[in-house]
Amino acid sequence: MTATIIFLIAGMFAATVPLLFAALGELVVEKSGMLNLGIEGMMAVGAAAGFVTVALTGSHWLGLAAGAVAALSVSMVFATLSIFFLANQVATGLAVGVLGLGISAAIGKNYEGTTVPTMGKIDFGFLSDIPIIGPSFFNHDPIVYLAIIMAIVLWYILKHTKLGLVIRAVGESPESANALGYPVSRIRFLAVLFGGAMAGIGGAYLSTIYTSLWADGMVAGRGWIAVSLVVFGSWILPRVAIGAYLFGAISLLELSIQGLGFDIPSQILSASPYIITIIVLVVISRNRAYIQLNSPRSLGQTYKSSH
Amino acid sequence: MSKFRLEQRTQHSTGAAFMVPLVAVFLTLIGGSILFLFYNVSPINGFHALLIEPLSSLYGVGEVLLKMGPLLLIAQGLAIGFRANVWNIGAEGQLIVGAICAAALAIWLDGTTSPFLLPIMVVAGALGGMMWAGIAAWLRTSFNANEILVTFMLSSIALQLLYYLVSGPMRDPQGFNFPQSILFSSAATFDLLIENTRANTSLLIGLVVTFAAWIFMQRSLMGYKLIVGGTAPAAARYAGFSEKKSIWLALLIGGAAAGAAGVGEVAGPLGMLQRNISPGYGFAAIIVAFLGGLHPVGIIFSSALMALLYVGGDFARLSVGLPSAVTHILQGLLLTFYLAGAVLLKYRVRRVRTKQPNILSKAEDTS
Repeated sequence: MTATIIFLIAGMFAATVPLLFAALGELVVEKSGMLNLGIEGMMAVGAAAGFVTVALTGSHWLGLAAGAVAALSVSMVFATLSIFFLANQVATGLAVGVLGLGISAAIGKNYEGTTVPTMGKIDFGFLSDIPIIGPSFFNHDPIVYLAIIMAIVLWYILKHTKLGLVIRAVGESPESANALGYPVSRIRFLAVLFGGAMAGIGGAYLSTIYTSLWADGMVAGRGWIAVSLVVFGSWILPRVAIGAYLFGAISLLELSIQGLGFDIPSQILSASPYIITIIVLVVISRNRAYIQLNSPRSLGQTYKSSH
Repeated sequence: MSKFRLEQRTQHSTGAAFMVPLVAVFLTLIGGSILFLFYNVSPINGFHALLIEPLSSLYGVGEVLLKMGPLLLIAQGLAIGFRANVWNIGAEGQLIVGAICAAALAIWLDGTTSPFLLPIMVVAGALGGMMWAGIAAWLRTSFNANEILVTFMLSSIALQLLYYLVSGPMRDPQGFNFPQSILFSSAATFDLLIENTRANTSLLIGLVVTFAAWIFMQRSLMGYKLIVGGTAPAAARYAGFSEKKSIWLALLIGGAAAGAAGVGEVAGPLGMLQRNISPGYGFAAIIVAFLGGLHPVGIIFSSALMALLYVGGDFARLSVGLPSAVTHILQGLLLTFYLAGAVLLKYRVRRVRTKQPNILSKAEDTS
């Protein structure tokens, strides 16, 4: 039993990292009024670029950086099209997502089925030796903690700094932000690039540290779950983060339920994250007024500056 | 000094509607050439394998028609939804459920020679696709759940459902545990359209649906209401058009088309239910729909082009060794360029002269 608890808690932290990075990035993007549905493709590009980099250099930090840069480049295509070419954001997001999945497969083609060493874990000394708590909370790679720090920093920036206020203003009312002299298009552009980089880091973590194995299509819907998480969290960062951890835990249930010897068809377990996503989506969205109150007002709408 | 500015068009430009896809194809050819050079394939050889080879044999043409069928059918259904601003991105799942429903009939009624079996299977497939899309419509209209996310999630669920059924309840009992159903009898499969190819008569469904879609979108009041709801929701509400009805209609039409396309696969080239029934037709059809300008006639051309890319991708893998990822990249590039160019459908680019240089040039003139 203790082994299962440790497995669940420790596993949850690692399983959540890709979701959390991608969802935090998408949250910033959506706060600025943009809807990027290409996250899945951007995670895939980040995963492939990160994996190849780690395979060649052996450095996980370089791998994460490469994943961020690669996905950022792809998100730049989305940003340019939807902001400067005024293209429909939904369609553009889907197009760039397809493009990203193709690029990811092309980058990783020669690495199919290969592995890289995973990242070393931080040694917290005596903390890591505490029974149950040690292996659950103090036996992780640095990125697990970086993800948590990232969530806190972003929460602070969005909620308590001028930068956060400007991003939110641009998302709520681009016209007013523009009238106040803020460069709406540039802010949205940068927000999308940030979201792309975050998705890339999430993807690179997935391929180089979480599974440390490359297989085409390994992102397997996580990008879409990240987009859903932003809705679950009703655009409130702490809720998005908690949602990500809940989903990380759910993705492990599949493994532990089979481990405990329940006779459930594996396909039901494989489908469970998606079934749960739909159920949670329904529960959260049911309150139309609440969603309207919390979602950025200009979300997904093309903005054309008047000058 | 001059600056460019976008000005809203007051009238629809037919010229631009033709030019934009052509330019997108041209730019994709350039992008593809660069891509080929990465793989040490000369662009001429690459595009020859991709675009010419499939069309230089009867078999190749048949393959293109075979792939065009489902793309055309699904894209016609999706385009109607997209014009109503309803984002069904789960056609892949609706295709799978349609295939499952048709396969259930084919397995249950195995041995009949009735000519009605196949039409009933098509209807069952369409109903199955409608049911799957209907879940998203119900969750959207009753619970306000975003249909983009729900339809995507339903696709993943449909795939697991398929895996479960072919490895259990619908598996061929004499099939040595292979995850596939029995081979359908000839009464449960489409006839070949052209001898010595794999193209079958399911393509005709796509053509009939194209005509129906054209009538519906361009000539019917219901289609008009859908389009108004998509482009001007406030006006639609004011006119008393029901938003809920639009959502239901858009999703059910898309689901029916995708479900019927699924029947075309299992009762066509596959002849059985198995784990892989679609090489991503449901997702590619989204690209097809946009590339065709969401117009029934445009979609005929875009589905043919996309089918050619699919078949050409296979040819290019065999003859010049290009990986299959190239097909996806080209598909993505094509839509990306189209969307970039689509700005010209709504706006026109005007050169505006800024004031200061004007004064300077005047000063130069007088001197």
